[in-house]
Amino acid sequence: MIGDAAVTDNVKISIRNLYKIFGADPKAALQHVLDGTSKPDLLKEHGHVLGLRDINVDIREGDITVIMGLSGSGKSTLIRHLNRLIEPTAGQVDVDGEDVLAYGEEKLRNLRRQIMSMVFQKFALLPHRTVAENAGTTLGVRGVSKREYLVEADKWLDRVGLHGYGKHYPHQLSGGMQQRVGIARALTSNSPIMLMDEAFSALDPLIRTDMQDLLLELQKELHKTIVFITHDLDEALKLADHLVILKDGYVVQQGEPQHILLNPNDPYIEDFVSDINRARVLRVRSIMTPLDDSGVPPEAHGEVGFDDTLESMIARSGGDTSHSYVVVQNGKPVGTLEMTSLVRALVPRIASESGARKY
Amino acid sequence: MATYDFLFNGLGLRGWCDGGKTSDAPVSMADLLAKTGVKEEQTIWNLPFPSLNELNDACGSMAQSRDVTKGVEDGFLAAKDALRFVLDPLTQPLSWILDFTLAAFEVTPWWIMFPLLMVVVYLASKSVRLVGFVTVCLLFLALVDHYDHAMQTLAIIFVCAVLCVLFGVPIGIAMSRSDRLQRITIPVLDMLQTLPPFVYLIPLIFLFSVTEPKLYGIAIILYAIVPVIRLTDLGIRLVDKDVIEAADSFGMTDRQKLFGVQIPLALPNIMAGVNQTIMMSLAMVVIASLVSAPGLGVLVLRGIRNLELGVGLVSGLGIVLLAIILDRVTKAALNRVNAAQKQ
Ligand SMILES: Nc1ncnc2c1ncn2[C@@H]1O[C@H](COP(=O)(O)OP(=O)(O)OP(=O)(O)O)[C@@H](O)[C@H]1O
Ligand SMILES: [Mg+2]
Repeated sequence: MIGDAAVTDNVKISIRNLYKIFGADPKAALQHVLDGTSKPDLLKEHGHVLGLRDINVDIREGDITVIMGLSGSGKSTLIRHLNRLIEPTAGQVDVDGEDVLAYGEEKLRNLRRQIMSMVFQKFALLPHRTVAENAGTTLGVRGVSKREYLVEADKWLDRVGLHGYGKHYPHQLSGGMQQRVGIARALTSNSPIMLMDEAFSALDPLIRTDMQDLLLELQKELHKTIVFITHDLDEALKLADHLVILKDGYVVQQGEPQHILLNPNDPYIEDFVSDINRARVLRVRSIMTPLDDSGVPPEAHGEVGFDDTLESMIARSGGDTSHSYVVVQNGKPVGTLEMTSLVRALVPRIASESGARKY
Repeated sequence: MATYDFLFNGLGLRGWCDGGKTSDAPVSMADLLAKTGVKEEQTIWNLPFPSLNELNDACGSMAQSRDVTKGVEDGFLAAKDALRFVLDPLTQPLSWILDFTLAAFEVTPWWIMFPLLMVVVYLASKSVRLVGFVTVCLLFLALVDHYDHAMQTLAIIFVCAVLCVLFGVPIGIAMSRSDRLQRITIPVLDMLQTLPPFVYLIPLIFLFSVTEPKLYGIAIILYAIVPVIRLTDLGIRLVDKDVIEAADSFGMTDRQKLFGVQIPLALPNIMAGVNQTIMMSLAMVVIASLVSAPGLGVLVLRGIRNLELGVGLVSGLGIVLLAIILDRVTKAALNRVNAAQKQ
C-alpha cells in the first residue's frame, strides 16, 4: 500500500491511446470513434462494438492496480491487451519500456511464459490433471521437467494454504480452493506481473475476504505488479494502490482510491461511491491537515496513526466532534486531524439522478 | 402415334426428330409389350408424364432413360481404369493388413486368445464383472463352434476400427481448426452416413475384385469412420473456451495446446465416437459378407440362402453377443475417462 518501501515510481506497463473496436472493419469504424461517435451510436449506425476508447494508464511496479467498472465496460478486454490475448485496433502497450505490439510470435510467447501470468474468474484449471500438475503448468510449458516443476508447485500450493492437496483433482476441491490453485499456478511461473480478471468474483463473500487477505499478504512479501479487475468497489478499495474506473470503454477517473472517494468527478462514480461505508474505507491520511511551521498544536487529545480508518477514530473520540488529534507516521508527527473535518468527510454523497443506476 | 407428338410438331422440330436415328439402347420389355398390345384411348386421365421414354416415343432424337443409366455406367467404366490405377496400389496395404490380422487371429490357439482378450477387457474397463461376462459369452460361442467365425469378425473389426481412429481423429482435428474444411467435409460425411450400406458396395465391386479383402475393408471404413470424425471435431470445438484462453495466456504452443489440453478434454467425445465406429463396423462386417468378408456374417448369409433357420439364428445371436461385448467394453472405458474429468 501507500508508504510501502517496495513501491517504486517505475512504470512497469504503460498503455497509450489504446482503442479496440469489435466488428468486421474496425479500422473504418475507428475513424468514426475518433470523430466522436458514442458507443451506442457506433453499434446502431455502423454495427461495430466499441470495446475500448483512448485508454491511457500507467501501471507502476509493485503496485496493485485495480480496474473497476460495470459489466460490459471493457475490463476484460483491457486486461487481455496486456498479454495480447486480444489485439488492439490502435494504440500502444509498453512493458518494461518495450512495445509489446511489435513482438513476434516467439517474443510474445516468452512474455506470456516469463513476464506475465494470469488468474481467471472461472479458474480455468485442467480437469484431467492433478492440483500439483495444474499449479506446475506454467513451468511445464517452458519445458521444465515434471519432477522439477512439481517441487516448485508444491511449494506454492503450501504458500496459498493447500498443503497436502497436490494429488487431488480440481473437481474434488471447492471453488475457493480451486482459485487458490489458480493463484498458485500464476505464482509458480515466478513472473513479475500478475493479471487477475475478476479472480474472486465467483466466490462467496467470506471466502472472498479470505482470498483478498491472502493476496495482500502475498503481495507484502512478493511485491509483484498486479493488475486486478473487479466490479466491486469494496474489493477495489481494499486492494488498490491505483484505481482505474472504466465506463463504456473509456477511463472515467483514475488515481489514488481515497482521492477518488473524496473527489468523484462523474455522476457515474458518485453513484458507485454512495453505497460505500465511508468511515470504514477512508483513512486519516486522506483528510488530515498536513503540519505547517506552527508545529504540533498543544490542545490535541492524543496521537493517531496515519493509516487508521475513520471508523476507529470515531470509536476513539467517543463521538465528540470537538476533539482534535496529532497524526503520526513512523513515530513522527505529520499532520493534525479535527473531528469536525472527519464528520464532513463522512457526509454521504447523494446518488445523482443521472448516475450509474440507470445503466 | 405418341402422346407428345404435338409438342415437337408445334415447335417445328419434326424434321430433327425423324432425321435422328433411333436410340441404340436395348429395347425394354415394356417397349416390346407396347408394340404388341392394343393402344388405349388417350384421355386426360391417363395422360403420361412427359418422361424421357414418352418423349422418345414422340421423337426418335430424344434420349431414353436407359441411355441415362447406360451413360452413367459407361462413364464409370471409362473412369474405372484410371481410378483403379491410382487406388489399387494405395489401398493394397489394407489387403495385407487384413490378411495378416485374420491369419494372426486364426493361428493363435484359443487357450492363448481367451486370456489375452480377458486381459484386454480388464485393462480397458477395470471391471472384473465385465471380464466374467465376456468370458461366458466367448465360452458359449466356442461351445457351439462359432469361435473361428467370431474371431474372424473380431479381427476385421479390430483392423477397421483402428484404421478409422488413425484417419478419423486427425481429420476431425483438422476440421475443428478450419471452419472452411468443416464446411466442405460435413456434406461428405452426411452422404457417407445416409447412403444405405448396400449402395457402397456397388462401385467398390467394379473397382476391386470381389476376392480382395480390401474391398470389404474399404466399405467398412467408409461407413464406420463418420462418427469418430464428427465427434472429434465436435469434442475439440466444445473444449471450454476459458481453459483454451488460459493455455494461451501461459504461452503454450499450438502443439502443447493440442496434446496437453484439447485432445485430453475432448477425449470423452472422441471415445464416444470410437464406440459408435466400432458398432458400425460390426453392422457393416455382417453385410460385407455378401462380398466375401469372412466371419459370422457368412453363417447368417448361409441361413438366408439355404433357409437354414437354426444356423442363421444362432450366428445372429453370436453377432448380438459380440455387439454387446464391444459396446460394454468401450462404454466402460469411456466412463473411466469421464470419471477422471468430472468438472
Ligand atoms: N469478441 C467480441 N466481439 C464483439 N464484442 C465484444 C467481444 N468481446 C467483448 N465485446 C464487447 O466489448 C464490451 C466489453 O466487454 P468486456 O468483456 O471487456 O466487459 P467486462 O467489463 O469484462 O464485463 P464483465 O464484467 O461482464 O466481464 C462489451 O460491450 C462486449 O459486448
Ligand atoms: Mg469480464
